[in-house]
Order: sequence, then C-alpha cells, then structure tokens
Amino acid sequence: MIWDELTAEFFVGHYNYWMTIVLMMIGLYVVVSRGNLVKKIVGLNLFQTSVFMLYISMAKIFGGTAPILTDNPDEVYSNPLPHVLILTAIVVGVATTALGLALIIRIRESFDTIEEDEIFDIEQQMAKNATSTGGER
Amino acid sequence: MLSSLTPHLPALQVVIPLIAAPLCALFMNRHLAWTIAFVASVAAFLVSALLLASVLDGSVISYQLGGWAPPWGIEYRIDAANAFVLFIVSLIGALVLPYARQSIEREFDTSTHTYFYTCYLLCLTGLLGVAATGDAFNVFVFLEISSLSTYALVAFGAKRDRRALTAAYNYLIMGTIGATFFVIGLGFLYMVTGTLNMVDLAVRLAEVGDTRVTRVAFVFILVGMGLKLAMFPLHLWLPNAYNYAPPAVTAFLAATATKVALYVLLRFMFTIFQFDHPIQGLTFEYVVMPLAIVAMFAASIAAVFQEDVKRLLAYSSIAQVGYMLLGVALLTEAGLTAGIIHLFNHAVTKGALFLAVGCFVYQVGSSRLGDLKGIGKTMPWTTAALTAGGLSLIGVPLTVGFISKWYLIQASLETGSLLIAGLIVASSLIAVVYVWRIVEVAYLAPAPEGREAKEAPLSMILPTYALVAASLYFGINSELTSSAASQAANALFSVTDLAAPPMHLTPIDLPSEGASQ
Repeated sequence: MIWDELTAEFFVGHYNYWMTIVLMMIGLYVVVSRGNLVKKIVGLNLFQTSVFMLYISMAKIFGGTAPILTDNPDEVYSNPLPHVLILTAIVVGVATTALGLALIIRIRESFDTIEEDEIFDIEQQMAKNATSTGGER
Repeated sequence: MLSSLTPHLPALQVVIPLIAAPLCALFMNRHLAWTIAFVASVAAFLVSALLLASVLDGSVISYQLGGWAPPWGIEYRIDAANAFVLFIVSLIGALVLPYARQSIEREFDTSTHTYFYTCYLLCLTGLLGVAATGDAFNVFVFLEISSLSTYALVAFGAKRDRRALTAAYNYLIMGTIGATFFVIGLGFLYMVTGTLNMVDLAVRLAEVGDTRVTRVAFVFILVGMGLKLAMFPLHLWLPNAYNYAPPAVTAFLAATATKVALYVLLRFMFTIFQFDHPIQGLTFEYVVMPLAIVAMFAASIAAVFQEDVKRLLAYSSIAQVGYMLLGVALLTEAGLTAGIIHLFNHAVTKGALFLAVGCFVYQVGSSRLGDLKGIGKTMPWTTAALTAGGLSLIGVPLTVGFISKWYLIQASLETGSLLIAGLIVASSLIAVVYVWRIVEVAYLAPAPEGREAKEAPLSMILPTYALVAASLYFGINSELTSSAASQAANALFSVTDLAAPPMHLTPIDLPSEGASQ
C-alpha cells in the first residue's frame, strides 16, 4: 500500500515538502552540533524558515493567483490565511533572532567568548570556586 | 460603567497588561512603572476572578474579537478550564509584584527597573493570552510573547551571576524549537481541517478520523509543548533558568509558565484530539506515563544532591510536572481532575517556596545551602514559610500537597493500578529527604559568625505568607479547588458537545448588545 505511492511523480510532485524536510533537518543539526552561539542562531533561523515554507506550500492552489479581489468571479486564489499566519511567525522569528543575538553580545561581554565549550569550562570553574569558598565558611 | 465593561472581560484580561507594558517603558520612572504594573496586574486578577465566578457553573463565554463570528474570526473562549488557569496566573502575577519591588531594588541598577516591569507585564500578557484564546494560532503568538519576555527576565539575573545569560540563551534555543514544533503541528492540523478555531478543529478532526497527518500533528504538538512545560527528558533548560533568574522572576515563572504550557497541552489533547484516535491514547499510556514516573523519581533524586536551594526546588518542579502529567496520562476524568488540582496546588506551593528563597537571597545574597546555616534563628518567619511550603511539597495532611496527592492516588486506584499509587507514595518519600536537607541546614546547623541577616522587609514577607496561607487554606478546605478542577476537567472533555454544529456557538456578545444590557 504505502510502496505503491512511492513513484517518481510522488517525489517530484512533493518537491517543496522534501526541501522543507531537508532544511528543517539541516537547521536542527546546526543547532545541535555547532558550538558557536551565533551559528546556533543561524541554525534556528533555517529551522524556522523551513516551517514558513511548509505553510506557504499548503496555501498554494494550482492555477491560483495572488489573493487580490478582482471582478472576475471565476478567479481562483491561493489561500491567503497561511500567508498571513506566516507573516506573524516571521515577526516572531525576527524577534527571537534579535533577542538571541542581544544575549550573545552580553555573553561575549562577560565571558569574552561565544564558543559553547569554553563557556562551559568557565562555568565549571565558577561552580568549583563557589563550592570551595562555601566549604571554608 | 462597570456593567458595560462586563461583556468585554475576556478581552480586557489580555489587553490591560498589554497596554500597561509600553506605558511602563514610556514613562521611564521606576516608581511610576511599578505603580502601573501593580494596578494592571491587580486589575487582571479582578477580571480573572470575575470570569472564574461566571463560568464555574459550567457555562462558556465566547468573545468575538472585532465582532467577527468564529470560526473565521478570532474567538476568546472562556470555560472552567482556562478561567481556572487565568485565575492562577493573574493571582501569582499580582502577588509577585509587591515582592519584586524590594527584591529588584537590591538586585539591579535602578535604570533597568522600568524594563523589568515592561517585560514582566508582557510575560503576563502572553500567559493570560495563551489561556484565554480559543484560536490555535493565537496560542503560538501569545506563547512567544510570553517566552521572549521570559528569556529577557531570566537574563536580568546577570547582575548577580553572569551564568544567567547562558541560561537565558539555552532557554531561548530550546523554547524556540519547542514553539516551532508546535507551529509545525498546527500546520498539519490546518492542512487536514482548514480551520484554526479550537472548537471547529475538534469537530472537523473528529470527521477526519485517524490519519497519518493527524498522528504527525499530534506528536509535534506533544513534543513542542513538552519542551515548554519541561516534560521529563525535555527539561534541560529549566534548572539553570530557574536558578540564575532573579528570585521574583523564578517565583513567577515556576508558578505560571509551565502551568500554562500544560494547559495548552491538555486543551489540545483532550478538547481537540479527544483520544478517539487509538495512537494518542497509546502514546499517553506507553510514553507520557512512564516518562512522568521517571521524572517523579529521577528529578526528585537529583534534587536531593543539589547544593543550592533554588536549584533544588527547580529539580523538584520537574518532578511535580511529572505528577501532573501522570494524573493526565491516566486518561480518566478523575485523573485529569487530579492533574488540574495539582497544577493549582503546585503553583501556590512553588510560588511560596521561591518567594521565601528570594527573601534569603535578599538578605544573605545567596541561596546556597552552605550560606544558609542556622538562618532559622535570624530569619524565623521566612524559614517558617519555607518549611510550610516544603511540607506541602511532601504532601503532609492539612497542606495542598496532600490534597493533590490524595486525588492522584484515588485516580490511580480507580484505574486499578496499585503500582502507580505506590510509586506516588514512594516518590513523595524522596521529597521528605530534600525538604529535610533544607530544614536541617536552616534550623540545626550553627550560624556562621559575622553574618548580618535580619528578617526580610514586610513587602516581601507578606506576599510569601499570602501564598503560604493559600496553600494551607486550600489544604484544609479543598471544596473550591476540587469543584473548580472537576468542572475544568469536565469542560476539557466536553467542549465539542456544547457546540455540536460548529456554526452555532454560544450567543454572540456583541459590544452594542452588551452596552444596552
């Protein structure tokens, strides 16, 4: 049953969805694998962008034009709602990116690095110092 | 004048803090900003109390923004379930503000105070909006409003400890992934139903039945919300975020943010998916429940070994989320009621505990166990509050913790599982250990010389004791919470019955009609 669907037409016809999945996976992988805080934000952006593509794909109707009112009653439109939703999601994404980058600036100011492993070492050292001073008291 | 406002309560609930937030930033005066924030949060609390009172009989308020009828327009839909959540969130929001004033006065530079209140009000807006709305995409937007301001609030802790910055950053990464997963799930739901209104979604999903798309949507929403509410293996952001955030923020977040995320999960799982698709029931039985039980034990045991009271309580929060999910995962109305009761009770208890710890931080400058030796002698009131909250965490009778565990055990016995009931009791015994660690250090250890720790100021003690009193009052008189929770559970189960034909929703509360009443 499921194998019958896997024709060449199926693959080509769902081109946008494949690209969505590929982008999504690349984005998540970058977030997980990179130690550089800015690169993590880049990965996060890729991940979010893939979702924008998913929404815009589902709004597309074959032969449909931009959803602008014309006098022709037979006009076929793409669904405007997902576009509007994704405008909101883009704004959220921009805000997240801005906040993330602002945090990175503050981290760089106080840790003097934006590499995750170096920050981790510094934090471990801080925890160790706290324990040793706590013991002396 | 007041009666003309009544029909607009659902919108006012969200709009009041939303309008107040920019006002705080605009005036750039920290005293004025505090006053605005306090008035707004008290107003939000009054609104939520009125809303709760009007829906406790099982009725539903449907508010149509701009007069556009659902399912096309955006609808705020208040039933017992979200009125209860709104009440908790705004109650904690109003109580934490007087506390925050003193607390942050010592914590940050005076120039940043107005921004703090702005972020605080935005966070409150987001949390209230998530609970109030009946539109699925609106949930995402409000969730991100609250999350983005939460990240900023956590980062405010950098003045005392720079690790707050990395904690906020990690929270941002994880929270954004969670929210994006949630949007992916919503996208799939929209694909198969073509609607975003929750009631309409529920009706149409029932028609669609069990397809691969709805299964994928279910999993994305479960994992996305799981990240937001710190479901067990997805909880890694929580201990650092709670530990390094300013004390007032920690108390506010611990009592509200995860609870609201849990509410969203419940709303989607019970109202929208409704468990007539077999895979969803199985997921709860074989994935969520075991994870909840693991959380109860693993997080409790982790809490035992913490050297910092804030971090200890943060781990305990993960365990308590486990209790809530366990109740929910029983998939019975009794279990859901128990989960919702625990949601309220834990908000009150954890709020009180974190506020008490904040008093220590205010006076001692640290919440590490090593620095709190013998603190019970110099700060008796705060320590007593902490102990009372700790007893409630364990589940000692006459506290709210007992009530929720009682309901949980009853619900698990009702499903015939003696094992689960036993596990609940066993994990409570671990709570005894970590609470005892705090009590032992505070009362029995000798106080170090030269530490000047007087009792915290009254404006911090009073909110703490308000929550302690609530946790004792609702522990003795559980009438209100249990009836509200069972009403809420009922509302979650039966939303679609109320609106069987999707076009005939509850009467339209158009502004003009409301004014003439």
